[in-house]
Amino acid sequence: MFAYLVRRVIGAVVLLFIVTAVTFSIFFLVPKLGGASADDLASRYVGKSAGAEQIHETAVRLGFTDPLYEQYGRFLKGLFVGQEYNYGPATEHCPAPCFGYSFLTQQPVWPDLVDRLPVTASLAFGAAFIWLVTGVGTGIVSALRRGSALDRSLMSVALAGVSLPIFFTGLLSLSIFSYGLGWTAQGGTNPMDAANPAWWAYDLILPWVTLAFLYAAAYARLTRAGMLETMNEDFVRTARAKGLTERTVVMKHGLRSALTPILTIFGLDLGLLLGGAILTETTFSLPGIGQYAVIALRANDLPKVLGVTLVAAFFIVLANLIVDLLYAVVDPRVRIS
Amino acid sequence: MTTANTEPASALPKLGEELLSVQGLVKHFPIRKGLLQRQSGAVQAVDGLDFSVRKGETLSLVGESGCGKTTTGRLLTRLLEPTAGKIVFEGHDVTHLSEGKMRPLRRDIQMIFQDPYGSLNPRHTVGKIVGAPYRLQGVKPEGGVKKTVQELLELVGLSPEHYNRYPHEFSGGQRQRIGIARTLALRPKLIVADEPVSALDVSIQAQVVNLLEDLQTEFDLTYVMIAHDLSVVRHVSDRVAVMYLGKIVELADRVSLYEKPMHPYTLALLSAVPIPDTKRKTQRERIRLQGDVPSPINPPPACRFHTRCWKAQDICKTIAPPLLEIAPGHQSACHFPENATEEQAARALKAAEQVGTADATRV
Amino acid sequence: MTESQAPVQRIERGEAFLDVRDLKVHFPTDDGVVKSVDGISFQLERGKTLGIVGESGSGKSVTSLSIMGLHKAGSAKITGEVFLDGQDLISSSAEEVRKLRGKRMAMIFQDPLSAMHPFYTVGHQIIEAYRVHNDVSKQVARKHAIAMLDRVGIPQPDKRVDAYPHQFSGGMRQRAMIAMALSCDPDLLIADEPTTALDVTVQAQILDLIRDLQSEFNSAVIIITHDLGVVAELADDIQVMYAGRAIEYGNADDIFERPQHPYTWGLLGSMPRIDRERTERLIPIKGSPPSLINVPTGCPFNPRCNYAHLNGGSSETERPELLDIGDGHKVACHLSPEQRRTAWETDILPKL
Repeated sequence: MFAYLVRRVIGAVVLLFIVTAVTFSIFFLVPKLGGASADDLASRYVGKSAGAEQIHETAVRLGFTDPLYEQYGRFLKGLFVGQEYNYGPATEHCPAPCFGYSFLTQQPVWPDLVDRLPVTASLAFGAAFIWLVTGVGTGIVSALRRGSALDRSLMSVALAGVSLPIFFTGLLSLSIFSYGLGWTAQGGTNPMDAANPAWWAYDLILPWVTLAFLYAAAYARLTRAGMLETMNEDFVRTARAKGLTERTVVMKHGLRSALTPILTIFGLDLGLLLGGAILTETTFSLPGIGQYAVIALRANDLPKVLGVTLVAAFFIVLANLIVDLLYAVVDPRVRIS
Repeated sequence: MTTANTEPASALPKLGEELLSVQGLVKHFPIRKGLLQRQSGAVQAVDGLDFSVRKGETLSLVGESGCGKTTTGRLLTRLLEPTAGKIVFEGHDVTHLSEGKMRPLRRDIQMIFQDPYGSLNPRHTVGKIVGAPYRLQGVKPEGGVKKTVQELLELVGLSPEHYNRYPHEFSGGQRQRIGIARTLALRPKLIVADEPVSALDVSIQAQVVNLLEDLQTEFDLTYVMIAHDLSVVRHVSDRVAVMYLGKIVELADRVSLYEKPMHPYTLALLSAVPIPDTKRKTQRERIRLQGDVPSPINPPPACRFHTRCWKAQDICKTIAPPLLEIAPGHQSACHFPENATEEQAARALKAAEQVGTADATRV
Repeated sequence: MTESQAPVQRIERGEAFLDVRDLKVHFPTDDGVVKSVDGISFQLERGKTLGIVGESGSGKSVTSLSIMGLHKAGSAKITGEVFLDGQDLISSSAEEVRKLRGKRMAMIFQDPLSAMHPFYTVGHQIIEAYRVHNDVSKQVARKHAIAMLDRVGIPQPDKRVDAYPHQFSGGMRQRAMIAMALSCDPDLLIADEPTTALDVTVQAQILDLIRDLQSEFNSAVIIITHDLGVVAELADDIQVMYAGRAIEYGNADDIFERPQHPYTWGLLGSMPRIDRERTERLIPIKGSPPSLINVPTGCPFNPRCNYAHLNGGSSETERPELLDIGDGHKVACHLSPEQRRTAWETDILPKL
């Protein structure tokens, strides 16, 4: 078990390295292969009126004139030990983990991410809680009442849920509950600035529900399929043959097996969302990582994009690792092989 | 360790020329463990087999799960790569043939599987399934593929009209017939049948067994039958090899194996078969083996059966009994064979001593 | 049901410990009604073993599941009566039957690996079975589980109790299943193909175990199998099923020495026998088992029967009743006793 854990952690670290290398290549190597010079790259980060000399100066300052491996080395070094950064007037030390400085605003990226992570995390965890409870619950009920009118209507709603895009359901719910009825916040405020948890929840309730609706629908369908399968398993028949109550049979014997595959998907979904729920954050103007990513992409601000990508990759890899370890806890066949 | 065979093979009754022979066949599946995935051991699925299959005969491999009979079948058809040893088919060493050179061999050696449903593609029609070997081997049969396939279907007791149907429309027995028709398409010389009837109902089992026998006569086929049902094996086989934990413990013609089993394991297997006769069950001598088959990862030393054998003595724990031809055509790997004359028993023990001294000098 | 009616009711409420009367289990499907079990009756006393023999789709497993009340409500239409010690299980509520399951009647299944929950230890699953019917602490139940594991021949039961099913061998798993089934000392044990998934030497061990335990617990046992050898080992009485009905019923000697139904002959003829001279050819039953939606009219076996032409057309039109031909040996066949005797003695027996 310990060897397995160590192997997995090493694998995760290697994977993150590969992610940095690939991301770095996409942003720096690909333009270069496309024929763009260091000055071409730098021209985006100076004023429109800048002259060639100023552009070249910027290119040198941002390090574009150095060989790529040096730029990558600097980036890696920054991640682990920090780096010195020359933003023109002076040189500043950027402590580890240093994701670099914005090409445009000359601000370090890391504090931005730290600022925005709580918003994204609040959104992701809150929505995850809602969709787990409602999605899995709906799936169980549907599976147990298979073929009934209740099952059919729940599954129709679920089908709508998986088919409708966030920006549609988001805008629709905003226009009804927020602008129309005035029950919820209108978006654009930072829930982390709220004075107390109630206001925090008030700011987030609509994004939560909207995001959860999408996932709950998918989870309901998955849970239903999983439950239908496990309730036909031999061990469920054995559980009934022992005289266990139907409740114990379903909750203890059926559900536990049906939920293991859902655990995997849940981990990955949550990891993905922690790297930024781009559509939801944009629709509700939440200042989270996803929104940050959109802003960075529009401005072509590479260090920011790189930062978001790495954070997102980190969460996915972490979630994957946790899921695999949880799997071993849940399923003894994985634990003792 | 190789098995010592003190008598020449010519003592065996001649049935026909040798079609396939196997020498020292070994298949180990490595087990990897730890941080660096180093090999920590191996499942010794097949551990040193020597036997030959003669043209036109049916040789059965029997034994309990984990004895390596299925692995052996897959080695013979080269679905698995042997770890060691030699497989000779029609005088050619085919042990490590490359995939490309295997092609002609794949025509000559075919396999029938246990699960008649799992081995048929549900999306293909019967015609396509049975005709597949022609496509894969690039063979154009005389009279066209369709006609030939329909003839094959008739041959195995299906109707030519079944050509355009799908596997799910057939019962288990009919599906097995489809599988057999596909196997026969390229007129193979050797068919390895892995539990061909064990998934079928009793009444259907008999139909398929009879069909296999008829086809054998008609096309001069040679079968290697892998089965666990000793009654079926007795009915279909000319010779039977009993396997235990990756080794052949007894190999004999059908009659002497069933009438006079020499290895205690064979005796125990036979005595465990439930008999559909209420009168005889009280008269039978019962041998009940204790416990389960040990793990092939860490098989018992020397004679692998000694942990469950009621005749085991110290020598069984130290010296592996060679597969020895004790009676004509009857090989057994036991220091204390059952149903043996005094002279035969003495020969078995003497062989053990020889192996023992050979081991000692080597050490 | 008042006290005064008791003597009369006793007959009405079943004569034997287990009394199955005209049990029918029909499954309505889109393609038609699947008549998995179509009117079977039998009786079984404590300490006795009934073997139910048949091919796949003959209704033998469905029979046992409906006795146990394990068919999903709504999916199956079950009629008839099943009296267990006087109580009709078919008319009892689901909750009443649940309380009997595991306590008074228990079941073991074909594949012990899939029949045990992979996530719980063997001990946990036995303890659970015991505690649902007995109000005892976990410690007491655990001791009982260890004792049961010991009784069914599992070595080091105090250690193995904490192992998971996948850590057991096939034979050990089936022993553990038996321990679980017997944990509440049931009066009726149903074993559905208990040894089909096991190796032959392990099968012999398990059959011995079932026999020993039965004499110790004095329970009634139903053993369901396709293997005539297995029933010969265990059963006192045998019921041969075909297409959802019993076609022959008798004690084991009757069935093996004096079988009356052409299907029973067919079963005996199609299996190779290790205890007799090897025959050149097996005698299979022609054709395949019928679809349960479209059971042939008349005698359901008639399309596969070699003697159907002897009955002047009644084989195809009239369904033969299961009739007693003496000493409780029952057969559902249109052939006259003489015809059957001649066929058995001249056609069948010499070829076995």
